[in-house]
Amino acid sequence: MPLRLVLEPRQATAPLRALISLATTLGLAWAFGSLVFALAGADGVSGIGAAWRAMLQGALGSALASCWVALFMAPGLPPRLLLPVALAAGAAGGAAWAFAPALLKARLGVNEILSTLLLNYVAVLFMEHLYYGPWRDPAGLGFPGTAELPEAVWLPTFFETRVHLGLPLAIALAGALWWLLARTRWGFRARVLGLSPKAAAYAGFRSARITVTAMCLSGALAGLAGTGELLGVQHRVQDGLASGLGFAGIVVAFLARLNLLAVPLAALFLGALLVGADQLQTELRLPGTAVLALEGALLFGALLGEFLAANRLRLVRRGRKEPGHVG
Amino acid sequence: MSADVFGGLDLQNLASLGQIAVKSSTAVLLAAYGEIVAERAGVLNLGLEGMLLLGALAGFAAGAATGDPLLALGAAACAGALAALLHAFFAVTLGVNQVLSGLALSLLGAGLTGVLGRDLLGAPGLVLGSLPIAALADLPVLGQALFNQPLLTYLALLLAPVLSWAFASTRLGLVVRACGENASAAYASGVPVRLVRFGCTCFGGALAGLGGAFLSLSYTPGWKEGLSAGQGWIAIAMVIFATWRPLRALCGGLLFGALTAAQFSFQTQGAELVPVWGLRAAPYLLTIAVLTLVQASARLRRYSGPPANLGRFFHPEG
Repeated sequence: MPLRLVLEPRQATAPLRALISLATTLGLAWAFGSLVFALAGADGVSGIGAAWRAMLQGALGSALASCWVALFMAPGLPPRLLLPVALAAGAAGGAAWAFAPALLKARLGVNEILSTLLLNYVAVLFMEHLYYGPWRDPAGLGFPGTAELPEAVWLPTFFETRVHLGLPLAIALAGALWWLLARTRWGFRARVLGLSPKAAAYAGFRSARITVTAMCLSGALAGLAGTGELLGVQHRVQDGLASGLGFAGIVVAFLARLNLLAVPLAALFLGALLVGADQLQTELRLPGTAVLALEGALLFGALLGEFLAANRLRLVRRGRKEPGHVG
Repeated sequence: MSADVFGGLDLQNLASLGQIAVKSSTAVLLAAYGEIVAERAGVLNLGLEGMLLLGALAGFAAGAATGDPLLALGAAACAGALAALLHAFFAVTLGVNQVLSGLALSLLGAGLTGVLGRDLLGAPGLVLGSLPIAALADLPVLGQALFNQPLLTYLALLLAPVLSWAFASTRLGLVVRACGENASAAYASGVPVRLVRFGCTCFGGALAGLGGAFLSLSYTPGWKEGLSAGQGWIAIAMVIFATWRPLRALCGGLLFGALTAAQFSFQTQGAELVPVWGLRAAPYLLTIAVLTLVQASARLRRYSGPPANLGRFFHPEG
């Protein structure tokens, strides 16, 4: 029978759409992930559930570096102050790293996606220079990496798990940011600028300043993320500290549909997929980049889910005119 | 006499620097042409980095398995085109956010090649060396730079004028440009817009795949994780620098190559003025500088902006 697929806009409630989107994402990620493992000659299905661990990428590296600088500069600080200073240095480093691309974007319209991606490579090279060179652990038997940080700056963990202080901090920050964007004048202006630069200009907002502030703020948060990975999990700057976390952030933001209050949930979901790369990598001998493949697949899945949540596929007889169909 | 020796050495140095410069630009050039073709048709593909890596791995694997250069290049082009097909499906058929879809492709390419290529790390494989063109290669300085190069470098040099001519003076070029500038008008005059966009995206992917194969077969023969080291992103910046024109992309690519050659030369001379990591970071920083220059210069921008319908979803009935 001559049938064809048509698409029509789906009339569905927001929760249903979210559900469809999430289900598709999971399904496709699973399929893609299994494919990756099957191709790699590894155990297909157990792979995904088993686990991963997020590491961090590029721009975050700089925050680590500056954090480490603070540790070098401040050996005389009382131990109680050391951790807050280190965290603040990490955030400041991230903000500083984001400042140049932010300024270029705001003043000249230089594409921020490209400039920050290119700067990622610079940050990684700089970090490599540090832990292969001047900061290399003299007692490390030639293994590239810094010495382990003093325990005074480790983020405290809970219940003997790897959950560290970063988690409650991140949840609190999600709330604070939501308040900033939804309830303050600055947040309102930033949202207007995002939705319509023309409207923002017409209203007389200082668009350039808002852009720079917002990008530096997000840089500071990325810096905190990197610092958390350093102080909470790895405790030293070494190879592979920097892969995938930055992109994981993009995936999470998209899954949460840019809704800050949904971010912790989306992150939890992604985290469940990414936790524990140690076992996976050692058991299946997978390289650290495998996490990137999973993130790419997740992002494709989320995009497909978004599409399926907004449209409905239907089979109709060929030749029958469907009013208002879009396929 | 000593002056004579110095003169000779200098020329020789210059010739080898020129050769390295042209060679180093190849992958960026091929990827940039591919992106120009896709963007001229209206599809923004940020997946270049992933397609370069997939092409590099596929080309290397096929080359190592069969030893046949044509099969290796064919595999690389196919891998790039297939990856681009995925992006085209999401961008052209589904109409999702093209920036995110492209990023997803880059991630997927980097991750997949890391996983699939782990057994090929450091393995010996096919090497596509230089093919000097008989008499021309003996020309002073330019002979080495332009006529003593691997096959794909010649392709990269020749494609610029060919694509430029095709955009300006062929019907196909007009059709492609129409899809990127005003898809509705193109569709109304009978152009199958989505088909053209699919074709251009895949053609671009094939070129990026070949660029990757150049890296793993000619430039630094062998497979290694993250082989392309951001050249895909540099190529995308090059497209903006070139204001979507192949001939200007050629200039930009050669500039990039010259910088890379200068970096090698600094490194071998052991210049302590700039630390090694700074030299290695230079291409990325200079690319940002070039982007800034383009944005700051009203004259450069006036020539042409991006295609009017770049990144916009087109649907015949919507």
